[in-house]
Amino acid sequence: MCGIAGLIHRKGTSNVGGEMTAMLQALKHRGPDSTGFAVYGKPGKDEHVLRFKVAEQEELSTGFHIHQEIKERRAEVDALLKEVGVKVKKEEQATEYAYRYRISYGGDMKQLADRIEDINGAEILSIGNSLELIKDLGDATVVSDQYGLGKFEGTHAIGHTRMATESDVDIRSAHPYWAYPYNDIAVVHNGQITNYWLMRRHLERSGQRFVSNCDSELLAVYTAVNLEKGISLEESLRMSIEEIDGVFTYLVTTRNELGMAKDTMAAKPMVLYEADDLVALASEEVAIRAVLPHEIDTYDPYDEEVRVWKA
Amino acid sequence: MEGLNQDSVSHEMGMHTEPLTGRDIKTMFTLENEGGYGYHDAFDVDYNKRAEINADNMEANEVNNQIRDLMADGHGTIVIKNPGAKHSIAVGILNRLNLIIEGSLGYFGVGLLDGPNVRITGRVGWSCAENMMAGTIVIEKNAGSTFGAALRGGDLVCKGSVGSRTGIDMKGGSIIVGGDTGAFSGFMMQRGRMLVCGNAGKNLGDSMYDGTIYIGGEIRDLGVDAVPAELTDQDKAWLTRKLKQYELLPKKGVDHFTKIVAGKQLWNYDNLEPTEKKIVL
Repeated sequence: MCGIAGLIHRKGTSNVGGEMTAMLQALKHRGPDSTGFAVYGKPGKDEHVLRFKVAEQEELSTGFHIHQEIKERRAEVDALLKEVGVKVKKEEQATEYAYRYRISYGGDMKQLADRIEDINGAEILSIGNSLELIKDLGDATVVSDQYGLGKFEGTHAIGHTRMATESDVDIRSAHPYWAYPYNDIAVVHNGQITNYWLMRRHLERSGQRFVSNCDSELLAVYTAVNLEKGISLEESLRMSIEEIDGVFTYLVTTRNELGMAKDTMAAKPMVLYEADDLVALASEEVAIRAVLPHEIDTYDPYDEEVRVWKA
Repeated sequence: MEGLNQDSVSHEMGMHTEPLTGRDIKTMFTLENEGGYGYHDAFDVDYNKRAEINADNMEANEVNNQIRDLMADGHGTIVIKNPGAKHSIAVGILNRLNLIIEGSLGYFGVGLLDGPNVRITGRVGWSCAENMMAGTIVIEKNAGSTFGAALRGGDLVCKGSVGSRTGIDMKGGSIIVGGDTGAFSGFMMQRGRMLVCGNAGKNLGDSMYDGTIYIGGEIRDLGVDAVPAELTDQDKAWLTRKLKQYELLPKKGVDHFTKIVAGKQLWNYDNLEPTEKKIVL
């Protein structure tokens, strides 16, 4: 089933980490397997936030030497960063296997990402100028507490509660998806894409890389490729309704935008609250009420509806 | 309208004329009984006896159980405060009741009702009033998709706009919408009437078997086997009466409404079985 949510503050910043935690916790019943956040903070000057992990959570209970391997994998990542000239300004460890580095790097981000992911077990969750992507197994409160998201100040965020139906219950298959290797683009999706393999092969032939077998990742890569070509987010969302088959409602975020698209059948829910200072969307109104507990006016966007809001 | 009975009016409006019968009517209700259309285990309630439920920190089943307890105690008017868009509130009420919901409901709100009169001051989510048998529900704001799915009777009114697949598989009753309706409204509609003051999305009335749809605004396109029909005086009289009743009558009246009915050209209207049809063709 899955639950998705998004919010964007149009007149300043707010505790989007705490707000998204509350929204996703209210959607827990739609997907208890994993929870993910893409939050957008103040862009750093000439620096990026690198979020990566070096193991899956389940490896901790099954891997024989996993604790030592995690240390070795992280050391490999650190050595690589040093080798290619990445300046690590700050290191934070959210869990035993997931890290947040504030970095400064003037080289090719794609090459950097590829080399990091060549290391056994290493996976980049996001590289962003303002984006930080966090996902793990458990409900929103558990993940938020684990990664210290409760006081994240920013302008906008999207999130996802996952009920695994077609791929594994692991961090790799959890949403949101970062549009590798493009900065600051993330996607959450509720639905099923029926021409996933066709579209994926098409994108792979043009040089794009996928890190999972989850159909939702396609939307992230598809959007990023379009934006890279100079196509606006709104136009990309409209194109997706024509080019992507299946039932879907999805949210996309860029550095300063939040967009939504609903497929031609309108088979997946979305409730929208729109005010001058705040836009909030979710699979169910009860999630919006988690941050706006008073009576509000909401509506369901119709089939083929596309909307984009700027922070 | 003078001199016309129910059968002739429905015939004039292009609808079937066979009497409504069914297992429910035969087994559950006895017209001759003093109780009339009440269920045998319905509570005897007094509309003047009023109670409030603050649903703020309650689960849906707690709210529903409390409604039942209050009806058992003779309360005929119940006000639910702070519903907070929770799901499945006020479902399965088979009783006379005046129910006022001050706020919004989530999914599957006020489903499976038979009898109550409900007023909701906020919005409702997907699948509101599924399978309603009788009574009235009036929603002041918007509604989500599959509004009134499989409706069997009563009046279901949304003064705002509704989502997609409104009245899917409806088998009776009336759905009245003050604003717009989304795609596939009236999909596989079997009986009843749908009245939309605003616009309708694509595939309106797709594969409808019977029933009537009235649209006051633009229709994006019609679904398979949905066809326009003449708006008769009986239609206009009914539209006027219903829209007046719910304070939705447009200033310009109802002459501009478009009436949509089933073309009855799909295979299921053929008297031949599919295998026989193959032989004929």
